[in-house]
Amino acid sequence: MPKITYIEHNGKLHQIEVPNGLTVMEGAVQNNIPGIDADCGGSCACATCHVYVDEKWFDKLPKKENAEEDMLDMASEPNKFSRLSCQITVEDNLDGLVVKMPLKQG
Amino acid sequence: MIKTDVLVIGAGPVGLFAVHQLGIIGLKAEVVDNLDKIGGQCIELYPDKPIYDIPGMPECTGESLTKNLLEQIKPFKTNFHLNERVQEISKEKEDWKITTSKNKIFFAKNIIIAGGVGSFEPRKFSLKNIEKFESHSVFYSVRDKNYFKDKKVCIFGGGDSALDWAIELSKISEVILVHRRNEFRGVEHSVQTVKQLEKEGKLKIKTPYQINSIEGDKKIDEITLKNEDGKIEKIQTDYVLGFYGLIMKLGPIAEWGLNLQKKTIPVNTENFQTNKKGIFAIGDICTYPGKLKLILSGFHEGALAARECFRISKPNETYKFEYTTTSKSVQERLGVKKSD
Repeated sequence: MPKITYIEHNGKLHQIEVPNGLTVMEGAVQNNIPGIDADCGGSCACATCHVYVDEKWFDKLPKKENAEEDMLDMASEPNKFSRLSCQITVEDNLDGLVVKMPLKQG
Repeated sequence: MIKTDVLVIGAGPVGLFAVHQLGIIGLKAEVVDNLDKIGGQCIELYPDKPIYDIPGMPECTGESLTKNLLEQIKPFKTNFHLNERVQEISKEKEDWKITTSKNKIFFAKNIIIAGGVGSFEPRKFSLKNIEKFESHSVFYSVRDKNYFKDKKVCIFGGGDSALDWAIELSKISEVILVHRRNEFRGVEHSVQTVKQLEKEGKLKIKTPYQINSIEGDKKIDEITLKNEDGKIEKIQTDYVLGFYGLIMKLGPIAEWGLNLQKKTIPVNTENFQTNKKGIFAIGDICTYPGKLKLILSGFHEGALAARECFRISKPNETYKFEYTTTSKSVQERLGVKKSD
């Protein structure tokens, strides 16, 4: 099962095995990892599952769709490695993915 | 002071259908919602996105679902109190006393919380010292545009609110529009207008920049912007406006003595009552083993909560289960009973 590393804003690390097909957001929420709110439940409508993808991983992810880029406008302090974790689906090739959570989700 | 059987908090689809379920069993409801319109998340977050899992409706949108639900509860002539948030609740003899942000007071035996993920509030800047500017120099909406007349205003955001206010205020103020990327997501016409105004020198656009700091004491001296590469730039401005849409906050609900699990309220699945008698939670805001955050689940939850409201509101009457297809009293309440 792919292992995803979630890093809280304070640096606290969580390594979680997330089954293929779940999103990175669901992996966090189902394992009670703080820092990802996901208020809208994963419909790309709220920007409260915002994460900074590790630089080395960013280009390996499938590209953002317009709707995600639009929602990132609302996220708290987005940067060029920002993604909405509800839009990243876990697959074997994401084994080892590292994402960091922002200071707050809004 | 308004007396009613049930105060419903939240005018989303689940709150609206609860009004229906209350109405057909003869209970009056009043609805309070912090948004300026009816429909909750359906209207605020995804009015045009298709929904495919409402029973009997192969496809609808948040907007059409809201419209249909309003049509369905029309016979009950429900009052909606919009732009209002329930602030406080307290027990007064047999009733709950409910006070809103506009100091409206309700007395009701029952409260149904159908509040989704909480009330919608403007997203704020995440700067540390932002609060000291928020009442006088940093705003998330415009009440009176003349406040900004002949002043320097820095507007942040890339959607329609940011563009519309940039266009409007450029007529009376010195406007700088700042956005984190070069593309704006507002309607094409507004994007073109803003670009034309920039060409004519009537406003300035700064992209891709984000706010980095606000300097000043009582009022803003200057702000700094940061681009993607970390380059900092100073900007002179009198006011800052942020248009980053809305976010849901649980708000005062957290202070009412209800059991909470993260941002949700545990309920008894027999009647969706919380740990307090006469206070119910339905829809996305409630939780129980197996809970699904679906509109259809919220409809079921409202139907059961309504029956318990009946028992609490009318302790001397026996609740009788009836079908809308055959019950004369239900059909009278719906105004569909044909005269014999």
